Amino acid sequence: MLEPSVIDTLILSRIQFAANISFHILFPSISIAMCWFLVYFKLRYNGSGDDVWMRAYRFWVKVFALTFALGVVSGITMSFQFGTNWPGYMETVGNIAGPLLGYEVLTAFFLEATFLGIMLFGINRVSNRMHTIATFLVAFGTTMSAFWIIALNSWMQTPTGFEMRDGKAFPLDWIEIIFNPSMPYRLAHMLVASGLTATFLIAGLSAYRILKGDHKPAPRLALKTAVFAGAMLIPLQILLGDMHGLNSLHHQPAKVAAIEAVWHTEKGAPLVLFAIPDKETQSNKFAIEIPNVASLILTHQLDGEIKGLNEFPNAHPPVAPLFYGFRIMVAMGMLMLAVSWWGVFIYWRKKEIPPLLLKIFVGMTFSGWIATLAGWYVTEIGRQPWLVTGVLSTADAVTKTPAANVGTSLAIYLTLYAVLLFAYVRTLFLMARKSVLVDRPEEVETLQEKLIDAQTAH
Amino acid sequence: MTDITQLTGQAFWLPVIFIGLMGLAFFIYAILDGYDLGVGILLPHDSEAQRDQMIASIGPFWDANETWLVLGIGILLIAFPSAHSLILFHLYLPVTAMLAGLILRGVAFDFRAKAPEDHKALWDKVFQAGSLLATLAQGYMLGLYVMGFEQSFAAHAFAALSAICVTAGYSFIGAAWLVMKTEGELQRRAAWWARRCAWLMTLGIIAVSIVNPLVSDTIFNKWFGSSLFIILLMIPVFCFVLLFIVDRYLRLFPYPNDFGCWIPFASAIFIFLLSFIGLAYSFLPYVVPNRLDIWQSASAPESLMFILYGAAVVLPTIILYTIFSYRVFWGKATQLKYY
Ligand code: HDD
Ligand code: HEM
Ligand code: HEM
Repeated sequence: MLEPSVIDTLILSRIQFAANISFHILFPSISIAMCWFLVYFKLRYNGSGDDVWMRAYRFWVKVFALTFALGVVSGITMSFQFGTNWPGYMETVGNIAGPLLGYEVLTAFFLEATFLGIMLFGINRVSNRMHTIATFLVAFGTTMSAFWIIALNSWMQTPTGFEMRDGKAFPLDWIEIIFNPSMPYRLAHMLVASGLTATFLIAGLSAYRILKGDHKPAPRLALKTAVFAGAMLIPLQILLGDMHGLNSLHHQPAKVAAIEAVWHTEKGAPLVLFAIPDKETQSNKFAIEIPNVASLILTHQLDGEIKGLNEFPNAHPPVAPLFYGFRIMVAMGMLMLAVSWWGVFIYWRKKEIPPLLLKIFVGMTFSGWIATLAGWYVTEIGRQPWLVTGVLSTADAVTKTPAANVGTSLAIYLTLYAVLLFAYVRTLFLMARKSVLVDRPEEVETLQEKLIDAQTAH
Repeated sequence: MTDITQLTGQAFWLPVIFIGLMGLAFFIYAILDGYDLGVGILLPHDSEAQRDQMIASIGPFWDANETWLVLGIGILLIAFPSAHSLILFHLYLPVTAMLAGLILRGVAFDFRAKAPEDHKALWDKVFQAGSLLATLAQGYMLGLYVMGFEQSFAAHAFAALSAICVTAGYSFIGAAWLVMKTEGELQRRAAWWARRCAWLMTLGIIAVSIVNPLVSDTIFNKWFGSSLFIILLMIPVFCFVLLFIVDRYLRLFPYPNDFGCWIPFASAIFIFLLSFIGLAYSFLPYVVPNRLDIWQSASAPESLMFILYGAAVVLPTIILYTIFSYRVFWGKATQLKYY
């Protein structure tokens, strides 16, 4: 049994970890894919010489820079978390987690951080080609960083390729560790999630500019690019999600049982569209169900058997957050599907996007965030009570730091995050509005341009 | 302490290599993030143009500079996990303060360029406060570390002194960076700052050099009981010679044709290096003073080997493209254009 004081530390540490990583993932989920959009804009500009692509680039690279900065600073916090709050984690699985994190720093962080300088400030100092390469390397770096961290996270979900000696994990086969069973699905699903998050951010802000009376071609072009990208990505995401779920059913059946709120093992299980899962009675209240469909989706047979939570006494994750989290994610996915295809239909009819749809896009600016967070909560809470499935429980990994210290740090982080999130969202819309006012977006004064003006005025 | 004679092969030299790599990462961090934190601390309240110029001088670099901290702490985590837990356990609150500082300055840097005019001054203050908080916290942590995480009034008082001196050191290298990268009025101002900060830093180096052997017999014996004493003496002597040269140079600043604008920065690097060697010599082979040595706390050899292959290829590449990036932004910083 844990001491009561340790329980406080445990709960506070869990809240703090969840708060930090949730804040962090908001920014990578945009920057990973947005950088590929920038590469695309740059390549289109190089290919066609049409200045509109460069203007789109110039606006979005500023959004990217801001997002990236927030990603970096919140990420640095993350890299201290393991030591400050989860010492048991590193002591038990450090031999595996350490190298994976190490490769992320070596192959990804330096690449992106160094070439970011050239990408943001170097356009007049290096050749156009070198600048395109720098943009590409930053995009590649962010994607590599997702690769490594997802490899680690997936290994925690479905650990393979190691053995336990004296209570410590030792690596046996690095290929098996990196490409563990859930890794390909999780990586693909996450990268496409990032694509969708960036897509809807671009669509939302571009629509906002048009609604505010921006008559320039650049926001229209960005909107069109985003609508088509969204329409292509979302079916892919649904397919990947389905495969991901089947994979989890195989490796983490308790998680899927909780997602579908199947309390007792069942043949021909119904798909529960909505319900209030009740822990006490082990049943769903007010359920709206479609008979046999859950079995159909998960086993591809109408009367396939689905293992219920009763098979995992005292070792299954909490049901309600998984059940709701999953439905929030899927609902967002369906909305994205409807909206982006509606947009494509309008373009196909060779018309301009009507104001109503523009407003919907503005409303969905941050829909990717909601789906991504919901998805990660499903994945992570679904792993509880384990930190590393079958190897290490969350409670065994926590720090001995007094709860008061953890409470202090948590309060500091939460305040910072609330302020920064507010400032970030506000600044995005301010930038969009500012760019409506100027005739050519590149005339938006930035700090260095002003400097040069000041210099030449001398 | 581990009996070294009992160790053979990989079990012996892998931890040695990794402590070397970690030292390198923290050293490069202290230089690189040192100057950009220093520039942040020095931001003047009375001139927006100078603030713009100063921040432009670190714009392309600060992000990559901070990554060396991630690498340093990463190697501690990868190679010496139990030391990593122990150190961060003792430094829980200062680490939080440092992270809050780093978060604030990192975002302020970007917000200031995008914020409407009336908010820019506010973000500049945030940038400065964040930089200051981060350096004070780092200095405080260094102090607690040197004192072996002792929980006494004296230890915390020493840590407070160390906080001020590390901040002075960073401000010094920041000012030296500005002397090198800017011109005109700002450059002259930076020279003045550099000189004052160097004095404070000298005080700090002297304080650490006195306290260090006094609190620990091991360290005392290492320095004074060793036959290498004369060679070891070179470290402080060199340090003071450099400080003296810088002081003389700055006193007569500016010079025609920008003569020797790189001298303070280059000297700063060497002063940091010497202090660093001094500290390393005092503590090795311990990672946690008097408690855990590098062999006791090292990870499994198979993990270290796996990461070593990568590091051997990747680290030189990183250093190469870091040099490339500094070459691209060579020269005075006023011509930067932010897209
Ligand atoms: C799927 C993507 C993803 C996930 C799940 C995480 N990160 Fe992250 N992280 C990135 C994707 C990313 C990125 C795209 O590479 C970032 C965001 C923006 C950026 O600058 O790089 C980044 C930045 C970033 C940085 C700053 C890097 C730098 O100096 O440039 C650190 C130290 C971390 N992360 C650490 C972590 C840790 C310890 C995590 C988990 C526990 C984590 N990240 C989850
Ligand atoms: C990026 C999106 C992620 C989000 C939104 C997220 C969210 C969460 C949440 C909500 C928990 C708490 C679960 C609970 O206690 O009930 C948690 C736990 C945890 N996650 Fe993640 N996670 C993410 C990625 C990762 C990654 C990439 C790693 C490691 C490589 C990781 C490591 C952990 C650890 C160590 C815990 C245990 C601490 C705890 O239970 O709070 N997470 N995460
Ligand atoms: C609409 C159909 C979708 C399905 C069927 C689906 C399916 C899933 C499943 C089953 C998981 C949990 C995997 C596990 O067992 O750990 C998951 C996680 C996740 N989902 Fe979805 N998803 C869908 C849409 C989306 C959308 C639209 C987004 C974001 C834009 C998204 C983002 C995520 C993220 C970030 C995770 C956590 C990381 C991971 O495990 O891959 N999903 N999804």
